[in-house]
Amino acid sequence: MPTGRLAVWMVVVSEIVVFGGVLASYIMHRLAHDAWSVQAAHTNMWIGAFNTFVLLTSSLFVAFAHKAAEEGDGVKASNFLWMTVAGGTTFVIVKALEWTSEITAGYTITSSTFWSFYYTAAGLHALHVIAGVVILMIIAMQARKQMELHRVELIGIYWYFVEIVWFFLFPLLYIAK
Amino acid sequence: MAETLTAASSHGEHAHGEMSFWSKYVFSTDHKVVGLQYMFTGIFMGLIGGFMAYAFRMQLAFPGVEVPGYGLVSPVDYNALVTNHGTIMIFWVAMPVLVAAFGNYLIPLMVGADDMVFPRLNRLSYQVFLLSAIVLICSFFVEGGGFGGAWTAYPPLSAQSQYNLTPLGSSLWLVAVGLEFVAFLIGGINFITTAMNSRAPGMKAYDIPMIVWMIVVASIMFMASVGPLLAGAVMLFMDQNIGTAFFDPDRGGDPILWQHLFWFFGHPEVYVVLLPATGLVADIITVFSRKKLFAYRTVLYTVFATGVLSFTVWAHHQFVAGIDPRMAHVFTVTTLLISIPIAEMMFVYIATLYGGSITLTTPMLWALAFIAEFLIGGVTGVFLGASGADIYFHDTYFVLAHFHYTFFPIAIIGFYAGISFWFPKMFGKMMNETLGKIHFWGTVIPFNLIFIPLFVLGASGQHRRIYDFSHFPNLSAPWQQDLRILATSALLVMLAFQSVFLVNFVWSLWKGRKAGKNPWKSNTLEWTAESPPPHGNWSELPTVYRGPYEYGVPGRDSDYWPQNEPN
Amino acid sequence: MSEEHMHHPNYLKIWAMLVGLLVVSVAGAMVGIRVVTLITAFGVACVQAYLVAKNCMHIGAARRFVPYLVATALVLMLLFFSGAAPDVMKPAGVNWVKPAWQEAAVEHDVSLHEARH
Repeated sequence: MPTGRLAVWMVVVSEIVVFGGVLASYIMHRLAHDAWSVQAAHTNMWIGAFNTFVLLTSSLFVAFAHKAAEEGDGVKASNFLWMTVAGGTTFVIVKALEWTSEITAGYTITSSTFWSFYYTAAGLHALHVIAGVVILMIIAMQARKQMELHRVELIGIYWYFVEIVWFFLFPLLYIAK
Repeated sequence: MAETLTAASSHGEHAHGEMSFWSKYVFSTDHKVVGLQYMFTGIFMGLIGGFMAYAFRMQLAFPGVEVPGYGLVSPVDYNALVTNHGTIMIFWVAMPVLVAAFGNYLIPLMVGADDMVFPRLNRLSYQVFLLSAIVLICSFFVEGGGFGGAWTAYPPLSAQSQYNLTPLGSSLWLVAVGLEFVAFLIGGINFITTAMNSRAPGMKAYDIPMIVWMIVVASIMFMASVGPLLAGAVMLFMDQNIGTAFFDPDRGGDPILWQHLFWFFGHPEVYVVLLPATGLVADIITVFSRKKLFAYRTVLYTVFATGVLSFTVWAHHQFVAGIDPRMAHVFTVTTLLISIPIAEMMFVYIATLYGGSITLTTPMLWALAFIAEFLIGGVTGVFLGASGADIYFHDTYFVLAHFHYTFFPIAIIGFYAGISFWFPKMFGKMMNETLGKIHFWGTVIPFNLIFIPLFVLGASGQHRRIYDFSHFPNLSAPWQQDLRILATSALLVMLAFQSVFLVNFVWSLWKGRKAGKNPWKSNTLEWTAESPPPHGNWSELPTVYRGPYEYGVPGRDSDYWPQNEPN
Repeated sequence: MSEEHMHHPNYLKIWAMLVGLLVVSVAGAMVGIRVVTLITAFGVACVQAYLVAKNCMHIGAARRFVPYLVATALVLMLLFFSGAAPDVMKPAGVNWVKPAWQEAAVEHDVSLHEARH
């Protein structure tokens, strides 16, 4: 098994427990507080669903990029990776707009423990998206020059992981009210 | 394709011929240099941690006295000193020296690789670690001083500056600890992938030396346990600086959640540092008793069992925190269970010694001392693991003496065992045996004289984290104060004897006898390289034909059988 | 080498399935029955995660050690939850209370009570 792939899986495992710690803490609080449903009702499921769709689509392009990289076509892989970058950027912009509307409505990180968890969990995830976008850009530029094509697969694994975390954040923060 | 690419790029790292001092020793990607960087940083931090112990032990033995070299220890100073002593000794001494220094130095050499699989990540790991050490040291000098909320950082004491009085120090402490975790995550990923993917041809899973296995298992445990605490550290940082209330019960949070997040990592962490120490002890006692390790596979399965069980015991640190009493029963059972694999490991080591031709060299003495002293630490842990007894012992010096009897053998004795054994390989010179033995006895005897009195004091009810016992009539009987003075005097003697080690280290570097490739007649691969090994370790990478512990094989002329010899 | 013959499923099909599942989870939330919402939302999340891990991350193509390690990490989180939840979820215990939690619970009961009448 290629060393790089093994190492990225190690990163994924260590990230699982980071998000696991936050989400487990959130879930046990949430289960203990029926009252949080009042707060949770203010989150906007449609924005969450849109962002899920954006992430789903961006990782479709990562899959295409992986396939292209394996065929040795760095330019094609790079093009797909840039589409993923566009997806990740859209995600972050939508998130920023969403937070702006919530903060202006008075729901800040110190409003209550629910909002603290909301901003912490989603913020931690957003930081991972931003980090992923930066790495995607670096790899896209390298791939265009036919350099380090195996890295396309590696960033893919990380990007799917970020996507899977969002699969769980979406129902936890937006649907379960 | 990917494999050849990474292999090619890592060979590119070795292509440089002459390198400047900076690229050779400071920004090096060579695993040996990174290992030594970790080791010297660890030793330096150990000196700071030892100095802190000196300052607060002086305060405890002679309350209110002007401590020579430190000055008056104020109550706030005292809190900062005990907190940072604990933090430094565990995160900046035990971890870098046992896991990172020996791991970096030994894993590629012992598995027969020319370097780690990710040399540049390795360098990054050390740089992040160094940054974390600098942040921690800086935190002592900011306004309010270093963090004083104990190394476990329980909120609300750690979360609210009106309680801990160190608004900046506590946040910097948290940042330093977080950076340190990131450094070891990066390093750990490197260890695991190197041991899995870069082994010499012919080296099967059961041919790997025990210390490599142990460091790999420790890295996996670290990786799987540190996440919740990193998450918790983010939450605590926001509690301190943004005003969230994750751990504030008055505003909807829960302080016990932090304790769970902390100890879910904190207990496996004990085994993360214990396993490398037991691993190097296994390697040392087989060499100096010229015998095969008794039951290699059993030890390995025991390590796995320890790793799994260590994740199920964490709440035994919280028996008096108000946790659910039914959960306390569960954790009592799991805690007592985990003493079984560890006891088994100790028996295996004793069985290895049985009937061997034992040579009492300095490394062997340290290894034997590890077994003896760690046994005391393990046995006293049984009292604390039982929730009923723990209610009385909790937060007394009994607990303190118990975990020093585990951590001192792990971090200090383990380090001295390892360094005196691998010094010839690291620097190409032999250490002086006489000085080594003086240092050994000068360390181990005072160590017991420090902590046996503290066991007695703890059993008499002496509470931890108290600045001045003369304020407590029940704790200031003359015999109790005498024992405190005894412990402090023993500490002074022990610290003084560490200079023997430093002298020995420097003198041996300068004037020590040339070591040659294999001074201990050991089997493992690192002894087939030059001492010290050049960049790239071997001109031709070795091939492995057998396990690492083939000593005294009947029918052979020599009593050892290196792993790389065909016959 | 294995990765040169890596099996690429029809990614477009998987993408369509994931979008379909997203529609299911949103629709489940629209129904308005709490149990249905929770089952569809978290059921969908698990299925989506499985689909991505299996088909896109190629977890099966990795060394056997990897899926075991991922499973271990998930089990550990479950373990952490079951060890910590009994304490964290209680508003009061042996010698301690969480004042804010009790107030919040009382307020919520009152508001529920008012809502019903």
